[in-house]
Amino acid sequence: MTKPLVAIRSVSKSFGEFQALKNVSLDIRPGEVMCLIGASGSGKTTLLRCINQLAAIDSGGIWLDGELLGVREQGGRLHRLSEREIGRQRLKTGMVFQRFNLFPHKTALENITEGPLQVQSRKSDEVRAEAIELLRRVGLSAKADSYPAQLSGGQQQRVAIARALAMKPMLMLFDEPTSALDPELVGEVLAVMKELARSGMTMMVVTHELGFAREVADRVVYMDQGAIIEQGRASDVLGAPREERTRAFLSAVI
Amino acid sequence: MMPAPALAEGFPDLSGMRIARKPHWFRWLSAALIVAVLALIVRAFAGGQIEWSYVSRFLTVKVILEGIVNTMVMAVLAMALGIFLGVVVAIMRLSPNPVLKTVAAGYTWLFRGTPLILQLLLWFNLALVFPTIGIPGLWSARAVDVMTPFLAALLGLGINQGAYTSEVMRAGMLSVDIGQYEAAQAIGMGRLRALRRIVLPQAMRVVIPPLGNEFIGMVKATSLASVIQYPELLHNAENIYYANSRVIELLIVAGLWYLLVVSVLTPLQMLLERRFARGTLRLAR
Repeated sequence: MTKPLVAIRSVSKSFGEFQALKNVSLDIRPGEVMCLIGASGSGKTTLLRCINQLAAIDSGGIWLDGELLGVREQGGRLHRLSEREIGRQRLKTGMVFQRFNLFPHKTALENITEGPLQVQSRKSDEVRAEAIELLRRVGLSAKADSYPAQLSGGQQQRVAIARALAMKPMLMLFDEPTSALDPELVGEVLAVMKELARSGMTMMVVTHELGFAREVADRVVYMDQGAIIEQGRASDVLGAPREERTRAFLSAVI
Repeated sequence: MMPAPALAEGFPDLSGMRIARKPHWFRWLSAALIVAVLALIVRAFAGGQIEWSYVSRFLTVKVILEGIVNTMVMAVLAMALGIFLGVVVAIMRLSPNPVLKTVAAGYTWLFRGTPLILQLLLWFNLALVFPTIGIPGLWSARAVDVMTPFLAALLGLGINQGAYTSEVMRAGMLSVDIGQYEAAQAIGMGRLRALRRIVLPQAMRVVIPPLGNEFIGMVKATSLASVIQYPELLHNAENIYYANSRVIELLIVAGLWYLLVVSVLTPLQMLLERRFARGTLRLAR
């Protein structure tokens, strides 16, 4: 069996009284496209944010590409990594947010080049060429000099995907990437994600788009109340769910 | 396809008719009243014991012009110091480190809690506390020589301004969406780089109107430095009227200069605002 790109072991996370993740364990293999589904508050977004270390886990461990995230084991105890080291680990993942979070004072092109230039200190002309290629890939060559406020929601989200890809991540995390979009703009973003999936990118997608999950996902994971309830091939989980809770969720969504 | 249903009768065609202007009688009446009151005030001053020839004569004398230059130099330098301190203190205040947070809150408490004129007098009279200052073994000097009126005014005005500006900057940074911090972190930025590259440029748009306000306040606050012998506009005007007793005339001269400076600053602020409005809809459309 191939070594997993992400190994999640017994991860728990609470926000005050609320337990967002309860003892979650999961593997994501290289090149796999995984869709996380479930009601809001089920922990799927929190799981994504823990992998990107926007939220720190309370217990358990997450390994990305064989490297333990956020902490270092030393003398039988765990020590939290410095902000700089966490920043370096984050570069292996790209994050796409529900609300895009593009930098409004920078053009589409500048949004994409910001990370490679400022964080990775790469050469300007090389970064620029790559950014232009990324814009072409998401179908926005003509919008390089537009500010986010001049773009539609779908266009903004496509720029956000290009911005994440510019850091050359091994893993792309999508947090409900189409939930904030008008219905007619959902398709263009999903099309970009499908193309990305076909290119072999490892992806974890929190989504309510079951059609996308059915078509693209190698595996669908259903979560409820901070725990993984059921997982398997999309056709199995979505078509013939074994668990009662999964069936209840699916019949409420469709 | 179904044909559109026929429109109901009884609604006349209004196209081509213009909307008449309202007369606004009360506006005309109140404006006339205000003009009349102003005319009375002007007449009173014209007939009062003011030698207007002195006003025009002293408006452009060398000492007054030097005073306005010193006022502007001090206002710009003290404001620069205030903004620098304000940004640093605001970042400290929003840091997760409790030591930095407490130091920042203490600074704001101390310098916002005491009168500016008192702070100026304290800085100027620092020699009474520390006759000599310096780094032991390396360098030392008599405090009276170091703490000139210029330095005392700069420190007093700048450090006091920093306490106020830090709150303006903090408000600006808090106005930036939390998602912007997260997006910056997600592309590997640390806290300080995210602040410098992503958060502060967006906060600038919010803080420029209050900062413009603060700068206009600073131009006038420099007049307080007259009490510690800094040769700014009011101090120089006072020196002239100590000699020639034309008190009101020279105060009017100083007042006219302050008004002129503030009038020039307002359009400059608008230019700055436009610069930092990059990417917002107002400019884009």
